[in-house]
Formats: sequence, C-alpha cells, structure tokens
Amino acid sequence: MPLVIKICAVWVALVLLIALSADLIAPYSYSQLDLLARLTPPVFFGGSTAHWLGTDELGRDVLSRLIFSVRISLLVAFISTLLSAVVGVLMGFAAAHFRGWVEQLVLTLVDFQASMPFMIIALAVLAFFGNTLPLFIALMGFYGWERSARISRGLTIAANEQGYAAAVYDLGASPWRVYILHILPNIASTLIVSVTLTFPEVILLESGLSFLGLGVQPPMTSLGNMVGYGREYLQTAPWILLAPSLFIVITTFSVSMLGDWLRDRLDPTLN
Amino acid sequence: MTRFLAIRFLRGLLTLFLVLSFAFVILRSTGDPAMLIMSADAPPEALEAFRKGWGLDAPLWQQYLGYFKNLLEGNFGYSMRDKSPAMELVLARIPATLSLAVPAFILKLVIGISAGVFAALHRNSWIDRLLISLSIAGYTMPSFVLGLVLVLVFAVNLGWLPSGGDTTWQHAILPIVTLSLGGAAVLARFTRSAMLEVMGQPYIRTASAKGLVWRRVVLDHAMPNAAIPTLTLIGFMVGSLIAGAVVVESVFSWPGVGRLLVTSVANRDLAVVQSLLLLVATTMVTANLLVDALYGWIDPRVRSGQEARGKAL
Repeated sequence: MPLVIKICAVWVALVLLIALSADLIAPYSYSQLDLLARLTPPVFFGGSTAHWLGTDELGRDVLSRLIFSVRISLLVAFISTLLSAVVGVLMGFAAAHFRGWVEQLVLTLVDFQASMPFMIIALAVLAFFGNTLPLFIALMGFYGWERSARISRGLTIAANEQGYAAAVYDLGASPWRVYILHILPNIASTLIVSVTLTFPEVILLESGLSFLGLGVQPPMTSLGNMVGYGREYLQTAPWILLAPSLFIVITTFSVSMLGDWLRDRLDPTLN
Repeated sequence: MTRFLAIRFLRGLLTLFLVLSFAFVILRSTGDPAMLIMSADAPPEALEAFRKGWGLDAPLWQQYLGYFKNLLEGNFGYSMRDKSPAMELVLARIPATLSLAVPAFILKLVIGISAGVFAALHRNSWIDRLLISLSIAGYTMPSFVLGLVLVLVFAVNLGWLPSGGDTTWQHAILPIVTLSLGGAAVLARFTRSAMLEVMGQPYIRTASAKGLVWRRVVLDHAMPNAAIPTLTLIGFMVGSLIAGAVVVESVFSWPGVGRLLVTSVANRDLAVVQSLLLLVATTMVTANLLVDALYGWIDPRVRSGQEARGKAL
C-alpha cells in the first residue's frame, strides 16, 4: 500500500472514530452557548484552550460542533449510500431477471436519473416535503442508485449466462436464493468500488444542500451547515467555516483515493 | 443516423414529460403554498380565497391536466410572489447565468483537456503525478468551499477582486474560476485515462512507425479516438454546470437562474420552480441529443452500425 493510501485509510478510520464517539470526546454540547466568549479565535491565533478551535457568533464551541457535525454528516452519507446501493442492486436484478418491459422501464428510469442534475431535483423535493432528517436521508438515498443498477444489471446478465447460475437453478433454488447467495458475491467487488466512489459525492451533495440552508436544519449541525452559517463571518471570524471546510475536503479526498486504490486492486472488469 | 436521432429525440420528449409530471406531483401534493405566501395567521377566508384564485382547491388530476393544457398554450403560470409570468422571470435571469456558464464551460474544456492530454503524454513523470493530485483535489473539493476560499484569499486578504454582486466584469472572475475548476479536474482525469488507453493501441505504434511526426500522431490519431468517451462526459458537464451554478451564484450573490431556483424553492413559488425545471430538463435533453449527434459525426462506426447499437441500447 503506498504511503498516501495508508494516510488516507488512517484519516478515514479517525473520522469514523470521531463520529462514533462524538458524545464522549466533545468538550461541550453542540448547542451550548457561552455568550461571554463569542467569536473567539482558535488557540494558536489568540484564543485560549477553553475553545481549541474558537467559538462562533453565539459562543458555541467550534470544535464540539465540528465533532457532532461529522457524526451527522457521516450518518446521512452512510445511510444514503446504503439505501442507494440496495435500491440500485434490486432494480438491476429485476431488470436482468425479468427482461422485457421491466428492463425497459428500469433503463428509462436510469436514463432519467442520469440525465438530470440531481441537485435540481433534490431542491424541488426538499422544499415541498420539508427538511426533517429521515426525509432528507431518504432523498439522498436516491443519489447514485442508477450506477449500482447499471452495474448489477450488466453483470447479472453476464452471470446468468455462466454455468453456475443455471446449475443452481436446476438444483431447485428459487431466484432470490440464486441472486443473493450466488450472483451477488460475484459482482460484489465492482459494486463495492462504485459505492465507495459514490460516498464522497453524497457527502458533497449533503454539505452543498446544507450550505444553501435546505439540508440539515438547525439546531442540528452538519458540516455544510457550519460552512453556510459561518459565511457571514468570513471576514471577521473565518475559522468558523474553515474548520468544517477543511474537514470536508480531506475526508472526501481520502475516501476518493481509497476508492480509486480499491478499484485498481479489486475490480475484475478492468484488466 | 436520422433513425438513431429520431429515437433519441422521442426519448428526450419522454424525459421532459416525466420531469414535468414529477415536478407537478411533488410540488402540489404536499405543502400548502397559501400558508407560506400569506403568513400563517392570515384569516381562513383569505387563505381560501388565495387557494381558489390559484386553482389549488381543484382535485389533483384536474390541476394536472390544466397544467399541461396551459403549457401547450404557452402559459407557464404566474409567480405567487409578485404575479408576474413565471417563465418571464426565469428567462430574464438566463443571460446572467450564461455569462458565468459559457466562459466556465470553455475554461473547463481548455484546462481539463490540455492537462489530461499533457499528463497522459508524460505518464509517470512528476508533472503527471502533480496533475493527478491536483485533479483529485479539484473534484473532491465542494464548489462552495472553493468559492469561499477564493473570496477569502482574493477579496478579503488581497483585496484584488470583489466578493459579490455583478456590476463590473471583475465581479465575474471569481465565480467563473470557481465554476470551472471542479469540472476541469474531472475532465483532466478522464481525458488522461482515455488518452492512455488510446496510446496503448497498436495503430498508434503503426502511425509512429510509418514515420509520422509525433505531433501528428497525437493530434490526428490519438485525440480523435480519445474524444469519444470524453464527449459523453462533456454532455454531463452541462448538467453539472447548472447544478454548480446554483451553489456558485448563492456564494457570489450573482442574480442568475440558480439563485432564483434556491429562493423560489425556499418560498415555494410553484410556477417558477416548475418553469425552471422545464428549462433545465430541456437544456439537458438538448445537450444529450447534441452529444449523440456529435458521436455520429466523429465516429463513422456509429453511423454504419445503427441496428446493432439500437438493439444493445
């Protein structure tokens, strides 16, 4: 493993750790106000160790908010990516299994999803279904399903023509059994690569929508949220938005690098 | 070729229809615009009058048919905020967005393709590695972060460029750069791998063995073949330009179509959102059609292999 990949893996593990142990490691609650210490800079820029990364305009500790934001952003990204993978794989299986009009329908939906910029659709849906967290995650879950669907459809069609699928059918297995226990493990590596590459895009999408004020709503905080609300203080207190921005960039960079490396190692469709 | 395009055209129309229906169903079936436009403590008679006035109390299928009938007559609805025709509001903002999007598109193509080709031709050199890292950094960085960082550096600290608004041409520099860098990074990466694949083909070796100058080999043989998959990406870039414009225009307070979408979504201004969706969908469908037509023009195999392709699609 090249050094860069090792560093990225360590960073990703660190981020996961932060997200899981947010309650334990954050020095303050993310909505705790300290009105006497508003807009204090981070510790090496004139601040104190009471607030390592400074405070925002309401005196909330930026470090604690960052930690909790990581948890929420990662939560949204994980669940959404999982949802989109499951939906995509199921649709791909359906298309490959039934062929005929089912396949045409799935392909048209895939085309539709692939051709419209997702942010536009997301904006429209968000305004009218509201911004509650479960709904937001469900919406994010529709991002990227078309890639998993295309991959699983293509590989399943190929797999169906190979001997092992026919053999298991002949032994009397139901289609579900064949797909989940036999075909899925064989197409898993390509799917995993695609999912790993979609994950940072979901993080970027969620943070973009939260930045616009249409994603995760206050008092909950997410990385994009912090950047959006910190924008007003760009000149006077830039650390409010620089800390989450840096975090977003490094995390998406690390996951992308890992995904690329995984693809080079695992993907049997490349030679 | 015409049959191929005709099928694509019909599919495009279908996509448009789906987008509009989708927009309509979503926008009308939840949320009550009356409550939002008039404040929540308006008297119930006022809310009812508002709903009646905008036809929101008719059953959903009636509103749906009425909507399409209006569309065919060229009536795109009226903004609920200021009663002006929705499509006019949208169209008025297009020049502002185009003045960002078109230069950004050109810049993306120039930077992305030249960086990608250069990296491919100097594979594994330090330049190649630098360009790859830069391009990964470019597309993993969210556009709002890039925009804000540029504002911080160039507007706040250096004071060279203004940070928002659209009065002079200097105001356009930062938004255009922000819009173009992310896409340029993706394009560079893609072009590099397309070029690498092409350069490994036997015909390149033949061309060079024939005695052709290296430059001719690259320009006449390698690049046209690498252009084909790159073309699909360029088609998608139109979509990402629109999505990118939404964020960039919000960061730089640029009065374009993207910002109109954000504000009218926040205000639940139904007709404006629908008109915007229609505009975006039409643009995407047209862009994809153009890409398909360009395929046919660039790649002679596409023109002669229609039936086989048609079945595979």
